[in-house]
Order: sequence, then structure tokens, then C-alpha cells
Amino acid sequence: MTVTRAAATSAQDVAALPAIVVDRRRTRRRAAWRRRRLVLLLMSPWIVGFTVFFGYPLVMSAYLSFTHYDLLNPPKWIGLANYRYMLQDDPQFWGAVRNTLWLVAFMVPAQVLFAFGVALMLSRARQGVGFFRTIFYLPALVPPVAATLGFVYILNPANGPVNTILGHLGISGPLWFQSPQWSKPSLTLLAAWAVGNVMIIFLAAILDVPRHLYESAQLDGAGPLQRLRWVTLPSISPVMLFAVIIGVIQALQYFTQAYVAWNIAGGQASQAGSVSTVELGYPEGSTLMYPILLYQNGFRYFHMGYASAMAMLLLGVAFVLTLIILRNSRRWVHYAGAAR
Amino acid sequence: MPFGVRPIVRRKPPRAVRRRRFLLAVANHSLLIAAAIAFLAPVTFITLTALMTNQQALSADLWPRPFRWSNFADVFHQAPILRWTFNTMMYSVLATLGVLVSSIPVAYALSRLRWRGRDAVFLLVLATLMLPPQVTVVPLYVMWSKLDLVGTLWPLIIPVWLGDAFSIFLLRQFFLTIPEEYLDAARVDGCGELRILTTVVMRLAKPAIAAVALFSFLYTFNDFFLPLLYVGENPHNWVLSIGLAQFRNLHQVQWNLTMAATLLVMLPVIIVFFLAQKAFVEGVTLTGVKG
Repeated sequence: MTVTRAAATSAQDVAALPAIVVDRRRTRRRAAWRRRRLVLLLMSPWIVGFTVFFGYPLVMSAYLSFTHYDLLNPPKWIGLANYRYMLQDDPQFWGAVRNTLWLVAFMVPAQVLFAFGVALMLSRARQGVGFFRTIFYLPALVPPVAATLGFVYILNPANGPVNTILGHLGISGPLWFQSPQWSKPSLTLLAAWAVGNVMIIFLAAILDVPRHLYESAQLDGAGPLQRLRWVTLPSISPVMLFAVIIGVIQALQYFTQAYVAWNIAGGQASQAGSVSTVELGYPEGSTLMYPILLYQNGFRYFHMGYASAMAMLLLGVAFVLTLIILRNSRRWVHYAGAAR
Repeated sequence: MPFGVRPIVRRKPPRAVRRRRFLLAVANHSLLIAAAIAFLAPVTFITLTALMTNQQALSADLWPRPFRWSNFADVFHQAPILRWTFNTMMYSVLATLGVLVSSIPVAYALSRLRWRGRDAVFLLVLATLMLPPQVTVVPLYVMWSKLDLVGTLWPLIIPVWLGDAFSIFLLRQFFLTIPEEYLDAARVDGCGELRILTTVVMRLAKPAIAAVALFSFLYTFNDFFLPLLYVGENPHNWVLSIGLAQFRNLHQVQWNLTMAATLLVMLPVIIVFFLAQKAFVEGVTLTGVKG
């Protein structure tokens, strides 16, 4: 088809040149317009979605953060009062910040290192790789609510299986979800159990490291540890970066597990005294994460202006943390083929 | 490798080295087995508890005596599990459909068509992926409440019909791996871009589309924050994750039944995994390859 059209044009070429040029320009313009219309058509769901579900709420959040708003009455402008209350007066704010930063500082590295360790073991296995991989991956799929319920029961200090077994071994187990010191480590244990996704990505990356790199390192006299440090780690560092970024983002929005653990463990503790209200972030506010406090303020107490101020701060922190990680990554991430 | 030029390194290693390698392999496998036992322990304890009497669940016993299979039936009497399952399925199916319908064309435009601003738009897509959902949640809640849709599942379903960032990202990564020659061949045959997308690309991208559908199913099935926000106050529209979280506190239900319910909620996901294991692992790897 294209060929015939081209032939026709060249035949006309001889007859009337200027008319052809105009004609060709017009077809080209029409083709460009058609292509632009196609792109617009294909992109339209995203354009609408982005505007309505990201652009608009971001701007609106910024506006609401300067107002007092309870959903019933129109928002009232109060300037920086929300931010002042947040940083100076809210008795729960800094505790929630500390708890969430604890996740970034301890849970994320623990998760990444653990996933890496398991992937490393798997990559060296000679038998039953598929079997082990399935076992290590499956917990990542388990619904977080179900997993948390299971862990709260298994780790319950009274007669839970784990403390029972520890007792048989002569160790008196900790109070786990009932103790402010142990509640976040217990959540970390839960996170380590569900680390399958990161583990699979690491495994693929480790298996992708070219064999000849190991062989030449070995020829140079590098032992197994040195090969790990100087061949494996640099080769998979981009994936490591990816895992850390994803981990930090997830830590900043960590909600479900902490929310369920606090409700169930708290409910368990208060059952004896039949107290119906569970203290926020039980025990002693140790599981009160930043997003949970935001949720409480916005949708339990309907302090929506204040919740918006918290959201703005979260946005800023997420942005800055990602930037810091990306900037520092240049020092330790090695991209194959890139000049350093 | 040709026979004559076998390098010296490939010679059979000396005995001491072989023995050391063997011991290392044994150590590695012991570690693997220990880790596997640790990974299986939680589900094992949950299952055992789900089969106990309530008294036993509160005692230090680890092994159920007798096995109470009726616990699983009792769960259905204690709570409207079927209602929750139906709601979950509605959310899952409608959301997954929406993700596919909206994200495939967007991913195609972002990977196989050339236009000005494409890379900037892709960066925006990634930015929405990085954004914690709590940042935009207040105005969205206000919006849905003005539309009188709080208490229904629509605030969860409608947004994904307008593009889901993660699915767009994953599909784009896959579309980029399709050789240009296939598309050019179709273009020479007179195919328009839309035909190319619906025939050539979608047929070649079946594994990626399967992975996206699976992840979407999984995400909606496991989702807790958004359902809590929008249907938390309306038990009629509760999904399984909300129901399960409230299960114990609602009726002061015993631990054995709670564990039985927990196990029932885990089951569909595990079944789906075994039915589609390959698509899962490929999909997960795809997200990391170009990270």
C-alpha cells in the first residue's frame, strides 16, 4: 500500500511541484495530528486519574493543612496553627515519628539483609532449590491481617507456642507484643517472615552475576568472603538500592500490621478487665506509627485540617529520604558498564 | 568448550578442596533446612491451634487432642464469612478488570510510541508510585463523602479504572523487551497502532499481563487501609481483611476459631499461588530487573 502511494506521488512530482509540496506537508501534519490524538486516547485514563486522584488531592491537602476542617462545616483558615500544634503541643506526635523512624532505621536494614542472606543460601543450594524457594516466598503472599493475627497468637506470652518451646529450652521468653520494648522487634520478625518478594529479586540478581567474574577473582586468590565482598555485592548493588528504596517507602506507610497487632494484643490484655477501648498504640504507644496517628486524627476525630498537615510533612519526608538515598547511592551502587 | 583447549583450572580439584566444598554444601543445606523450618513454623502452629478446643488453645499444649475439624464449620456460624468473601471477590474482580483495561494502553503509549514529554510523564507515574497513600487520603475522603459513596467499595474500585501506577510500570518494562521488528512487520502489513496493541503486543505480553492480574488480585485481597477507611463503618460491605481483623474483638471469639478463620483467609492466596507459580516469580523478577 505504501509503495503504490509513493509511486503515485513521484508520478505527480513531475507535473506540478508546488502543489505536491503543499499536499505532502498537509498529509504529514495530518499524520502528526493523528499520532498525537492516538497518544492522547491511550493516555486518557491516566491523565484523568492523575488529575483527579493525585493532582487535585495534593493541592487540596496543602490548602486544608492551613485550615480547621471537620467535614461538616466549611474549612476555616487558621494559618500555621496546625503545624505549630503538631510540632509543639501534640503529645503523641513525636512518639509516632520516633516509632516510624525506628522502622526505617532497624526494620528496613534487617529485612534487606535477611532477604539477601536467604537468597545467598538459595543461590548456593544444589538440591531442592524450587522447594526451598517456594517455602521462603509463600509468606510474602499471606494477607497481612492474617499473618499479624497468627503472630500475635503464636507470640502471646501466656501460653503461646513460641514461649512454651523457649520454656522447655530453659529460656523465659519475652512479652513480645505485650511489651513496649519488644513490640517493634516482634513486628520486625513478622516483616522478616514476609520478605519473599525482595528475596526473589535478590536471588535473580545473584544468579545473574557473570560466572567469569568469580573465576577470575578466584584466580587472583580471592577467598569466598572476598568474592562475596568484591564480586557479588558490587554486582547486585543496583538491586540492593531498589530494595532499600522500596523498604523505606513501605516503612513510611506501615499501617496494617501495627494497627492489627495493637488492636488484637491490646484487646487480649484488656479482656480480663473487659475494657472496651484499647489504648492507642498499645503497649504504651510503642506501635503508634505515623500513618496510624494520621488516620486517627483524620477519620476518628475528624480533625481533617490537622491530618492534612501531617500528610504534608509525610510527603516532605518521603521526598527528602528518597533524595538522600539516591544521592548517597552513587558512592556504593555500581552499574555495570558505567564509568565511575 | 572445545576439547583440546580445556583450561588447567577445570582439572579435577584435589581431594582436600573437594572435601571442603562438600562440607560447605552440607553446612549450607543445614542452614537452609533450619530456615525452612522457621518459615513453616507460624503456619504450622496456626493450623494446629485451629484444630484445638478453646481450652487447649489457651493452655500450653502444642498438639491438638482430639482434632476438632468442626472448628472450620463453626467459623461460618460465628461471622458472615460468605458475605465478606463475596464483597472481597467483587472488589478483586472489578479492580483487576479496571487495572487491565486502563493500564495496558497507557503502558503501550509510554513504551512503544514516541512523543514529546514521554519520559517526564513516566517519571510522574513513578512519583505517584512512591507517594504514600496517606498523603492524598483526606481530600479524597472528602470527595467520596460528597458523592455519598463512603461506606461502599466504589472509592476503592473507581480509581484503578483510571490507571494503576504499579501495573503501568510493570507492563511498560515488559513492552520494552518486545523486539521492534515484530511491530514494524505489523505496520508494514497495514496494521494501525491500536490493532498492533490488541493483537501483537497483548499476545506477546501474556506473561506480564498475567502477572499484573495476579498482583492486582493479591493486592485487593490483602488490602486493609483503604477498605478500613471507606467501609470500616458499614459491616454490610466489609471485605475479608476487615472482617478478620474485627473477628476476635467483635464477638470475644476464642483463639481456636480465630486461627481457623485466619487459615481460611490464607487459603485462597496459597491456592492461587500454586496454580500460577511461574507467573508470580517472573512478575516479581520483572519489577526488580530494571529497578
